Amino acid sequence: MSTTLHHDPSPAQRARDAYRRRQSVLSVLVAAASTAALGTLLAIAVTGAPGWQRVRQTFLDPQIAREALPQVLTGLWLNVRLLVCCAIAALLLGLLIAILRTLRGPVFFPIRALATSYTYVFRGLPLIIVLYVLTLGAPGLRLQGMPSVLVLGGAALVLTYSGYLAEVFRAGIEAVHPSQLAAARSLGLTYRQTMRHVVLPQAVRRVAPPLLNDIVALQKDVGLVALAGPIDAVRAAQIATAQTFNYTPYIVAGVLFVLLAIPLIAVTDRVTLRAARRQSGG
Amino acid sequence: MVSTSRIRTLATAGTVLLAVAACAPQATPAPMPTVSVCAKESLPTRTPGKLTIATDEPAYQPWFVDDKPDNGKGFESAVAYAVAEKLGYTRDEVVWTRVRFDAAIAPGPKEFDFDINQFSITEERKQAVDFSAPYYLVRQTVIALKSSKIAGKTTLADLKNAKLGAQVGTTSYQAITNLIKPTVKAQVYNSNDDAKKALQNGQLDGLVVDLPTAFYITSAEIDDAVIVGQLPQVGAPEAFGLLLDKDSPLTGCVSGAVGQLFADGTFKQLEQQWLTQTAGAPELT
Repeated sequence: MSTTLHHDPSPAQRARDAYRRRQSVLSVLVAAASTAALGTLLAIAVTGAPGWQRVRQTFLDPQIAREALPQVLTGLWLNVRLLVCCAIAALLLGLLIAILRTLRGPVFFPIRALATSYTYVFRGLPLIIVLYVLTLGAPGLRLQGMPSVLVLGGAALVLTYSGYLAEVFRAGIEAVHPSQLAAARSLGLTYRQTMRHVVLPQAVRRVAPPLLNDIVALQKDVGLVALAGPIDAVRAAQIATAQTFNYTPYIVAGVLFVLLAIPLIAVTDRVTLRAARRQSGG
Repeated sequence: MVSTSRIRTLATAGTVLLAVAACAPQATPAPMPTVSVCAKESLPTRTPGKLTIATDEPAYQPWFVDDKPDNGKGFESAVAYAVAEKLGYTRDEVVWTRVRFDAAIAPGPKEFDFDINQFSITEERKQAVDFSAPYYLVRQTVIALKSSKIAGKTTLADLKNAKLGAQVGTTSYQAITNLIKPTVKAQVYNSNDDAKKALQNGQLDGLVVDLPTAFYITSAEIDDAVIVGQLPQVGAPEAFGLLLDKDSPLTGCVSGAVGQLFADGTFKQLEQQWLTQTAGAPELT
């Protein structure tokens, strides 16, 4: 509700507002002071340690960081491309499997069983093994039109992660109250229309935070395709480290990964907050 | 870019440093072999007047031929006889014995004067045994399947458009990026096993490994793999040395003989003869 009337707060209200302002200024000051104290303590603890000089030379050498940055960035570009493609594909496949797993009726039993065993197998299988089988095993078949190692590695990631995502989606679908379904069906919607317009929108919205959480995890795992030959950010750092016997390139790669994750994590937090507000009706 | 004058300055400084270092007292005085000390009569070998040389059984091509170390054929057999000759032993004063590779590098008394068996000189091994100066610096080598487009190529330029692979963090990978500089990005693997698999699958045109590994892979592991050729020296190569008992009285003399033969090009010639020509590992130029 917006009002065009000029609002003149009472003296009591003004006093309250002033008190609140003072309180918020005070809390900011206290927070700043406590952060500064903790930061100083940590800095003294780390830099005062007897081995600090050597650690700084081997992990935080600015010269080596500058030299390694271009290679690591080139590798990171591969991570980013893979992440975008694999995330989209894994979300779609996961949703499909969740829908298949929640089909009703005895006639769909084999499909349900298949979808269930899929989630069991691919959540249980270590990703590295799926990667090895697809990237070094499958090409050994010498079939016509075998896709490139990158595509095969991406497929391994999608298979594994769609298993996780399918379970998240399924939890969301099953969390929608049965009364919603009953209401939709009594309005004359078919099962498909009910899923499309009533259940899935609520389900997806409800599980958005854990979905995004899995995507953040995927971001770190895409680098594992490096075991089949392509050079990702961590591999580029490993190569640079092998040449200089200095671990700084790893730190460079780590910082870049965090920078890459920040937007994703920020979105996750915002979505979580909005979902929580909606739930509490605030 | 470093200017020529700076290089010259550095070189001068380096020479001066070396000269000073040579004059500086050494922490552990190495036995400085003189001709009189290293004469055959004064060498305390296991059997006086004989030189006992060990290698593994079986001894493989191209290091030995027909598993007969005493025929002088094969690179290491030839090297062993060259060292023996330098020390003053005739061919029939050389006695061969067989010692397992891992038994030789283990601490403990030795049944030989020196052992020649592709021992890489490492700091860890130096704790348990002595090494001579290096007689061979390991070269990086390109191998490929017979069906590969680079099989039979002879120059580095021919490998420009090939998809090459190597194990991560090795001199082999450096050889690709620093020498061949291919237009296609090199593929990197956690281990040579993964890389060999990719080569067999046809996912790679060629694989870079060190020469001894290349001989082993092409002769024993992958049937239809061939050696394309040896690359020029790059990085800090592994070095093979003769192995002697820890603190052996012979180490100084043997090492001196090896150093001289390395310097005068004798070993280079033997390498050409036995590794490049006989074993079919041509040099890529």
